[in-house]
Formats: sequence, structure tokens, C-alpha cells
Amino acid sequence: MASNVKPRVRVPGKAAKGEIVEIKTLISHNMESGRRKGKDGKLIPRSIINKFEVTFNGKSVFSSDWQPAISANPYMSIFAKVDESGEFAFKWTDDGGSIYEKTSKITVS
Amino acid sequence: MSQKKALAALSRREALLLAAGATMVAAGGIVLTGSRANADAKMIDEALVKLIGDTKPVDGKITLDLPQIAENGNTVPIGVSVDSPMTADNYVKAVHLFADGNPTPAVASLYFTPMSGKAEASTRMRMAGTQNVVAVAEMSDGKVFRASQEVKVTIGGCGG
Amino acid sequence: MKFFWRDITLAVATLSVAVGVGASSANAADWGPYQVEDRRSGYTYMTDESRAMQVDTFQNPGMLWVEEGADLWTTVDGKAGKSCSTCHGDAAESMKGIGARYPVVDEGMGKLKNVEQQINSCRGKNMEAAPYKWESKEMLSLTSYVNHQSLGLPVSVKVDGAAAPFFEKGKAFYYERRGQLDMSCSQCHEDNAGNMVRANILSEGQINGFPTYRLKWQKPGSTHRRFRGCNKQVRSTPFGYGSDEYVNLELYVKWRGRGLPVETPAVRN
Repeated sequence: MASNVKPRVRVPGKAAKGEIVEIKTLISHNMESGRRKGKDGKLIPRSIINKFEVTFNGKSVFSSDWQPAISANPYMSIFAKVDESGEFAFKWTDDGGSIYEKTSKITVS
Repeated sequence: MSQKKALAALSRREALLLAAGATMVAAGGIVLTGSRANADAKMIDEALVKLIGDTKPVDGKITLDLPQIAENGNTVPIGVSVDSPMTADNYVKAVHLFADGNPTPAVASLYFTPMSGKAEASTRMRMAGTQNVVAVAEMSDGKVFRASQEVKVTIGGCGG
Repeated sequence: MKFFWRDITLAVATLSVAVGVGASSANAADWGPYQVEDRRSGYTYMTDESRAMQVDTFQNPGMLWVEEGADLWTTVDGKAGKSCSTCHGDAAESMKGIGARYPVVDEGMGKLKNVEQQINSCRGKNMEAAPYKWESKEMLSLTSYVNHQSLGLPVSVKVDGAAAPFFEKGKAFYYERRGQLDMSCSQCHEDNAGNMVRANILSEGQINGFPTYRLKWQKPGSTHRRFRGCNKQVRSTPFGYGSDEYVNLELYVKWRGRGLPVETPAVRN
């Protein structure tokens, strides 16, 4: 399902300086493991999202390498410490090199 | 066939069906046992050496949040957290997750930074059967910690 | 031959005792809105983890399809140059209650129609667009979106008047034995709900959460996909998606869950 991949993220809109906020992410993707057989009895080639990265104002907060053992429609929640207002950028990369991106702003007071 | 006879025959078939189910439970237990495992501890060790070198992990620091029994092996929720102040000079660099009964043991590698604030993440994973989930944490000072937990994966009853 | 219900009951009892797990939470008395009188949503038969996955609307993977459906709602398609919203405006207003009261009798067709058929009827007559295929991403997304507008509303279908004959046909189907295993819907979902079939707890087979995201499917599926699965499971030839048999059955099964909240998109094993 390289077409019509849909990312969702949930980041709080506001936070206090130095607060650790929870970030939840979900993306629609079959995560085809490469071990499943199709109706013709042949293996369906592996096609997964293999990398997930989160930056804040351009600096790395978190990154992750995924294997076929990550479930379809991958969910990942993480945390981030915010000291200033800015923008989170989320980036998912799949086996075919396609990149799916989403951004989310947060105001720190 | 009379109505009565037909009913009796049907009931017997049903009884056999259910009895077969009961026998399976008696013989095999309700969960897949680890015997179907494809990967093993050795494969995890090899994968680990590739990722982090020769440092021997010691137990501790890591908390795994996993169900004891998973309803379905396709989607098992997993949470992992590592005890660390997450400051610039003392933080968790990475957590590597493995499942020793999957065809390949690696599940995911999570790379944290001091900006993570907390070395904690959750996701959902596939499990080919009952097996151990292993987490290995690399700290910024070079120390390596390890934790594991068994998850039983039930066999589905009905398809569809 | 002396294999009778007593034996079956024993077998089932053995299974229940042997297993015990997962069922533990089933002992909890208060299921809140998920139980109405003696009727319990499939939600109450799930593990805590799966329930948590459903109720957190962010974690719920079925919500990806709901969001896709929201996009389709406002997308112009077909020769008439219309989208769903051209006629129906804000779905939160216009579609509220649809998931709770469908299937309904279509006077023109002289039979029942469910949400999928209503969508394709609109696409044909009003949008002049090609029908969506059953179980296509588009159909699952739009039905998920439409039914989700009734989230939490109690299921309330009309089964009298013009609907009565279809309701009776659906009921007859429900109790009719079929397939090589010669089993009816009722034998699993009425007589043995709460007992184990191998390692799973049989639920009442309620359909208040469809399209439902099944962990087994790793995506949402329609009520009719589930019916087909059940029929295959008893080794009977399944009926077609949107067949009269299944739409009638859908009305009967929906009525069995009257009062239960619409849960679309539910998460089930």
C-alpha cells in the first residue's frame, strides 16, 4: 500500500518550558513482511516502512529502525522535552524509498 | 430421514467437533509453545554484536510493558522504558527489541536523545507464537542493560 | 449413539475451566453502556489491551479509515460533479443515527438496503459515479466514516411494518443449520456465547461496531465479510456481499444488539 499512505500525529498544542510531552503517531501501511504468500502461492515481496524519525526545530529528538515484526498500520508513541516553541517534523521512509511526512506546531510558554 | 434422526446425527457431529477442540486443549494447552521458534537466543546474540559490539549486557534498568497473554499475534502492544535522567551527559542512546520466536529476531531499534526527555516508547509488534521479548539498552556511558519477558500467544478459534 | 448435549456441555465446561484466562474480565459485572440487559457487546469479550486500543481514538487503527472517509465525503466524483457533502453537508449532522438504524426498507427497491448499498445508490443516482466495490478501501472508509457519526448512539432498527417480512427471513437464516458442520448462527452466538471455541471466547456475534478493525485481518472489514467468514467456518458456501440473505440477516443480528452503542470502528480479535 504505497499509495494513499496516511500519517496521523498527536502533539499537544501548548506546553510549559521544559515539559516532557507525549507524542503519538499512527500511519496506514500494510507492512508486508515478505513472508506471506499471495493467492498464486508465491511470496508477496517485502514492503515495509523501515525508518521513522522525529525532529524538533531541525534537531533530532528520536529515530527508529523498523523490521517486518512491526504490525500493520504502525503505531508509535514517544516523548519529547520542549524548551521553546517550534515545530515537530515526522518522517517515515519505506522500502521503496517513498517518504511520508507530517509536521505539528507547539507553543511553549 | 425422519426429523428426529436427522437432529440426532447433527448433534453428534457437533459433539465430535467440540470434543476435538477439548482434546486439543488437553494435549497442547491453549497456547502455541515455544517449540515452533524459528530464531533463538544465539541469533539474538549475533544480531546484538552487529549492533553494539562485544559488551555483555547486565540485567536491570529496563521496564517492559507487555500482555502476559496476547489475543492475536498480529498486533501485540509493547511498551519499553529505561531508567535514566536523560541529560546531555547521561542518557539512553538506544533500545533494541527482539523476539526470539520470530523468523528473524529483530523487531526495532529505538534511538533516543537528551531531547527525548524520557527513554520511553510504545508500539505494536507481530509475534509468530509464544516466545520471549528481549530489550537491550545502550547507555551514553557505554553500559548495556537487558530485560526479557515471555508472552503467550493464543491460537485463533474461529477464522473468517 | 449417546453423544448429546450433556457431553457437549461437559466438553465446553472443560474448555472453560482449562482456559479460564481472558475470561476473567468477563466476570466483571459492570460493563457500562457495553451491556444492555443480557446483551453484551463483543467489546466485553476482548482483552484489556484490545479494549484500550479501541477506546483511545488516536490509537484505534480503524480511525485511519474513518479519516480517509472524511476526505472522500468532500471529494467530487462522477459526471454530476457532486460529492457526498454537496447534498448532505456536514456528516456530523446529516449522518448521525444512520449507523444505529440501518438497514432500512427502500420503498423503491421493495427490499432492505444497508449503508454500503445506500452509498452506491447515491453514487449511481445522484453523483453518476461508478459504484464502490465491496471491501474496497473506499467503501470501507466511507462506511466507517458514516457509521462513526453515530458513535455511542444506541442501536435501534425498525423491524415492524414494511421491515417485518425481511426481519423474519433474517431470523429464519439465523436459526437455520447449514454447511457440512450443519450449524446455525445461534448455536455459537446464542447457545454458547461466553464459552470457548478452541482458544477464543465465543461472543454474541453483535455487529454494533462494523466496519470493525480485526487484528486477524489487520484492517477493517464489513459485516458481510464477517458473515462470509462464519459461513465458511461451518463449511457452507457463503452468500455474496450485499446479497438479500445477508442484508436480511444483518437486520436481524443488528436487532439482537438493540440498545448497544454504535462502536464503529470497533477493534476485535
